[in-house]
Amino acid sequence: MTLALDLLTVAAVSLGLVMFLAGVVGLIRLPDPLSRLHALTKADNLGLGLVILGLLAQADWPFGALKLIALWLLVVLSGSVAGQLLASTQRDLLDARPKGDPDRNEGSG
Amino acid sequence: MMTAIDFGLAADLILAVSIPGMALWLILTRERFRAVVGFMIYGLFVALAWMRLGAPDVALTEAAIGGGLVGLLLLGAHARVPPDPTPPGRRWPLHVLAALLSGAVAAGLAAVVLMLPDPAPSLAATVADALPATAMDNPVTAVLMAFRAVDTLLETVVLVLALIAFWSLVPEGAWSQRPTWLSLARPAPALVLLARLLPPFGLLVAVHLFWIGTSQPGGKFQAGALLAALWALTMIAGLSRPPAPVRRLPRLLAVIGPAVFFAVGLAGIWLAGDFLAYPSGLEKPLILLIEAVLMLSVGAALGLVLAGLPPAAQTPAVSADDGGRSRAEPRS
Repeated sequence: MTLALDLLTVAAVSLGLVMFLAGVVGLIRLPDPLSRLHALTKADNLGLGLVILGLLAQADWPFGALKLIALWLLVVLSGSVAGQLLASTQRDLLDARPKGDPDRNEGSG
Repeated sequence: MMTAIDFGLAADLILAVSIPGMALWLILTRERFRAVVGFMIYGLFVALAWMRLGAPDVALTEAAIGGGLVGLLLLGAHARVPPDPTPPGRRWPLHVLAALLSGAVAAGLAAVVLMLPDPAPSLAATVADALPATAMDNPVTAVLMAFRAVDTLLETVVLVLALIAFWSLVPEGAWSQRPTWLSLARPAPALVLLARLLPPFGLLVAVHLFWIGTSQPGGKFQAGALLAALWALTMIAGLSRPPAPVRRLPRLLAVIGPAVFFAVGLAGIWLAGDFLAYPSGLEKPLILLIEAVLMLSVGAALGLVLAGLPPAAQTPAVSADDGGRSRAEPRS
């Protein structure tokens, strides 16, 4: 049983690290801010989720595991909000350039 | 066990290389906004270094203050200070001078650390021996609240003085106006959602940090900084409006911590024989009381500084709209 849990930890954490690596490669290599953001948020959510999943196998029930899950939820929440904010700022910048109309996005803001 | 030590060494090496590298980068970078963002990341790396040095209390404070609140203050300053007109080339002698002085300080510190006698002089054993007298399990809290309480008292007074100094910049006739630095004219829906969802968790974590401070890393300062950050988040999202400087309640909250601390200290003269001495048996409740009110005061004082200043009464041209938008968007 312990061996199976350890194997799960190694596999999930390694996969999570690969996700983070992919996110960093995307951040460096992709051409425009929105694509970079896309790569980064995917890597963040999935990578951290896999790392937490792997660590859950080692955490003590219930409080250690609940703390890890709460950590993951909070990072997903703040990460997705930060992604949204960066993307909408970027969209405002792109919109403002050709049109020059600051009220373009009033409906969504 | 060997591999664990190697991993630790690798982490230390990464930190030892990346922290000076980031410091150098954020001094040398031309763009102010990048330097501010770099400073916040630098604060998080320094917090990791404190963790590696086994000082989680300092790490928590560094992450909350250095990585968070100071970053927010610098972002606000960046949005308000006009672009630097000095051409970059003219300032290099100043940079060289600053680098030489900083290098001298760093070399001096390194020399002092390297020249320490082998069992370095330490009061850790004395603190550990006297720890039961304070009814505290966390030696850091025992030092802050009992053995060196007078230092902590003066530090909390400094925070009030900082708030007074900051408010001395309030424009004439604008004391009854609300500050407008933080609130965005049109906060993004995602930000409003975050500002609704996060405060309950944040309050829980803040109270937890304060409550475990007597036995584990944590305490009023970290908890107060977290409260201030949550308050700032709700102000940015427009869910709470920053109070005008004339309002009594925020002022009272900002001074109640040092006031209660001072009152307990004075009472110690009669009850326990010395200033800031706690009566035997009442140490823990008294320290918890002081920590609780100090947490409120730290949160209020930091939050009021983050909220900024009201606009000048005569010139309403700098509207909340401009202030909010220019801070939210990096200048490209």
